[in-house]
Amino acid sequence: MDNFGYLFAAYSIIFAVIFLYVVFIWRRQSRLEVELRAIEARLKEVREEIDSRAAPQSRSAQ
Amino acid sequence: MNNRLNLALGTLTALLMVTAIYMVFVFVPTEADQGIVQRIFYFHVPCAWVAFAAFGLVAICGIFYLWLGQDIWDDLGYAAAEIGMVFCTLVLVTGSIWAKPIWGTWWTWDSRLTTTLILWLLYGGYLMLRAMADDTPQVARFAAVIGIVAAADVPVVVVSVRLWRTIHPAVLVTRQGGHGLEDPRMVATLLVALAAFTTLFVWLLILRFATLRMRTRLATMARDLNLAYAAAGDF
Repeated sequence: MDNFGYLFAAYSIIFAVIFLYVVFIWRRQSRLEVELRAIEARLKEVREEIDSRAAPQSRSAQ
Repeated sequence: MNNRLNLALGTLTALLMVTAIYMVFVFVPTEADQGIVQRIFYFHVPCAWVAFAAFGLVAICGIFYLWLGQDIWDDLGYAAAEIGMVFCTLVLVTGSIWAKPIWGTWWTWDSRLTTTLILWLLYGGYLMLRAMADDTPQVARFAAVIGIVAAADVPVVVVSVRLWRTIHPAVLVTRQGGHGLEDPRMVATLLVALAAFTTLFVWLLILRFATLRMRTRLATMARDLNLAYAAAGDF
């Protein structure tokens, strides 16, 4: 069992790096989903605001 | 991305990875000359395979981006470069850990090691450009060119053990021809590990690509929101 420490270190590093990379991707994905939902909601609000302002103007033009 | 596909790929990767670990630590015989530390090879080679495949994909995506100008190719190339960098780092680290008990040193300026380090530095430059510059089509074009040029080092790394005098083992294709794995169980273990890392690569690529596509969509929506604000201000 000579050099078992080297074998253990190599495999530990491989799995730790892969695990951390997957966690990094998932956290990034979750954060972007939150941002996306927020921006979608804000966009909807602004569009509704534009529509509500545009409606009286078009009525007065008639 | 499709959650079912994500789950299926993740499960397949986990199953193959568990099988590969079992084979590496229980099934495969210990190599006579190097002893137990030779088992690092069964994950070191698949890491190199994933890194090379990822960097090759970066070059292909770069060509398509320069040709078609569609940001989907830019996002796919970026995702592949990042994954390639992760696995190229693992190749250098695990190789170094193997080298210490076998060669008596963590690092030597051998042709295989040096060309691999150059590859790592080139794609490090690619990722630094992506991280530090704005997401503009001009930066994407620069990155595509770097990705294509850097990938030219991949075949150099592969053939370096045959072109130059080197102390790096030529296991898959030896200098005399044939492969250097004396036992069929060693070949089987390597093949299972290669399959596990290939599915891991595809799974990570899909996950990371989905994140980058979402980021691109978010940037488009932010532009839409600014336009909507400007339109609201006109009233």
